Parts: sequence; structure tokens; C-alpha cells
Amino acid sequence: MSGSFGRRDFIKAATAIVGGVIGVALGVPAIAYLIDPALRASAKEGWVPILKVEDAPVGKLVPFSFTRVQVNGWERTSTNFGGYVLRKSEDPNDMLILNSRCTHLGCTVNWKEDAQAFLCPCHDAKFGRDGEVLDGPPPKPLERFSEFRVSADGLIEIFFKAG
Amino acid sequence: MWKKAYEWLDERLGLNAMYTNLLDRPEPRGNWWNTLGSASLFLFIIQGLTGIFLTVYYTPSPDHAYDSVQYIMNGVAFGWLIRGIHHWGASLMVIVVFIHLLRVFFTASFKYPRELTWLIGIGLLITTLGMGFTGYLLPWHQMAFWATTVGTQIAGTVPFVGEFILKALRGGPELSALTLQRFFAAHIWMLPAVLAGLIGVHLFLIIKHGESHYPSQDE
Repeated sequence: MSGSFGRRDFIKAATAIVGGVIGVALGVPAIAYLIDPALRASAKEGWVPILKVEDAPVGKLVPFSFTRVQVNGWERTSTNFGGYVLRKSEDPNDMLILNSRCTHLGCTVNWKEDAQAFLCPCHDAKFGRDGEVLDGPPPKPLERFSEFRVSADGLIEIFFKAG
Repeated sequence: MWKKAYEWLDERLGLNAMYTNLLDRPEPRGNWWNTLGSASLFLFIIQGLTGIFLTVYYTPSPDHAYDSVQYIMNGVAFGWLIRGIHHWGASLMVIVVFIHLLRVFFTASFKYPRELTWLIGIGLLITTLGMGFTGYLLPWHQMAFWATTVGTQIAGTVPFVGEFILKALRGGPELSALTLQRFFAAHIWMLPAVLAGLIGVHLFLIIKHGESHYPSQDE
């Protein structure tokens, strides 16, 4: 048997090759299966239409709200967001879009015309017309949606980022 | 360098002796029917591996079981492949184990000194069927639910202790979240542990006694 490729050698080689092919054919999908959630693009970001321009008169705070649906595996979670649009002039790009989520602990603030302020129901926080802190515990002014645009059919859209 | 490392390991682990005893042991005569035990072992390993991978996404709760299985099939990369192998491998394993039993029976391999190997083999068959029975409920679809309803009802017809068996299987009088959870526990922990233990003894006995040769005319 010296030097020649015998039956036992053939069986060994065939076992190694077939085993290797099966190992790769199963191993690669198995790894893809495991890391699949890490390879998914986050669907959190995107342009969200919030309001028609014509519904937001200049100089008036107009509330809006929208819902984002988050899909994690087989679970869908929807979260509501809200805010106020304030057009400062006729120029469609001259506007302020505030998030109505209080910067203290995340309650929703409401614009009160008589107080001329955003009031938070939770801890009496008070924000001014531009979202600046007037009174109460909030550490910083109301968040702004600074990336916005007006679409061709007259919709105000904001670029929504998660978090 | 590799040779030296191998020799160092062999001296301490006895790799060569293991190879000779496990893979290079004498066979009475080449016969494909004699490979069914190895095929069963291979299927057991495949079922174990794919099963471990399935638990990464599968959730054993009435709220999520069905959806998580659908997600494995349609959402996860190669989930259909992993579950497909587990699904078809399960049926194949029952078939292969049963044909293995028939072969041992027809070649009279269960006789002295291999009676214990045979008895443990029977235990392996029953445990394999138990794996099939418990695994069938886990997708939590209509077929699974009613199959288990009927299956546990059959167990409940045993005289005197039937009702006790039915409640013990279901975790209560009705099929519920408790049933799903205990079938899951049995399917991934208890029965596999029993299978692995019995397989270990089965293999030890096979290596100890060697393969049986076919009875000759005058035997």
C-alpha cells in the first residue's frame, strides 16, 4: 500500500470533503441566522409629513402629532410624537418646529394662550414661545426639529431621528 | 511542530487509542443496514444544533410562539433552512431509529451479550417519540394545539390514573400557557438530557461488545 492511494485513504478523504461541504453549507447560514438582527438597517430615520403649510398661519403656534411604528422582530411598537409649528414670516423656510416633549421628564407640554407659555402638567415647567425655559425644573429648552422642508404639494415635513 | 504538539496531546489523551477504538474497530462485514445507528446519531446531533439555533428566536408563550415561528420562517436570514432541517429531520429521525430497530431485530443482534444495548435502544426510541410529541406543540398553530389536545386526551384514558396523567402532561385540566411551557422544557432540556445519557451508554456498550455478526445457518 506504500505510496498508493488505497481504499481507506479514499474513504477518509471522501469523509473529510463531504463533511467539509456540509459544514460550510450549514455553518455559513447558521452565522447569518445569528447575526441577522445586527445587519438590518434601522428604519427609524426618515422624512415625516406633519402639517399643510396653509394650516399654519404666520405668527400662530399650531399643534401637530404623528406616530412612528417600530418593528422589532415580530413585535410592532407605535410611539406618538407631537409638537408645535410657528411660522415666523411668509417665507416657508422661516419657521420654528418644537417638540412638545418636556425636557425635564418627558411629559407633554401644552401651549396656553392666556399664560403665553408652554405649560407642563407634571412639574409646572414653563417654556416661552421659542421653547426657552421660563420657570421650573427643565434643564434645557424644548427640542427643535431643525431639519425640515416644505414639499411640492405644500406639506411641512420634518426629518425624524430616533432618540 | 504540529507532529510534536500532536504527540504531546496523544501521550496525555490517548488520541490514537481513541481513534482505533472508536473509528477503526473491526466490522464483521460491510453492510449499509449497519449504518443506521450512526445515521440516528448524526440526526440527533443535527436536531440538537438546529434546535439550539431555533431557541435564539423562538418564544414559548401563547402570545408569541406562533408569531416568533412565523418570524423565523419569513423574517430571519436562513430561518426557513434552520427550521426546515429541524422539522424534516424530526420525522426522518423517527423513521431511521425505527428501521434501525427492525434491522437489529431481524439480524437477532439483540441476543446475548447485547440485551442491555437493545433495552436502552427501546428507551431511545420512546424518548425520540417523546421529542416528536413535545416538539409538535411548540409552533402553537391550530394543528399543534389540537394534536396535543387529542394526544393528551388519549393519555387520559388510562384506567384509574388517567386524569392524573392528563393533568400532569397539560399542567392543569386544560391546554394552556403551562402546557406550552412544560412541553418546551421537556423538549429542550429533559428529553435531550435523557437521550444524550442513553446514547452514551448505548455507544459504550456497542464499543465494548463490538458489532454483532449475522447468524450463520447452523446458529
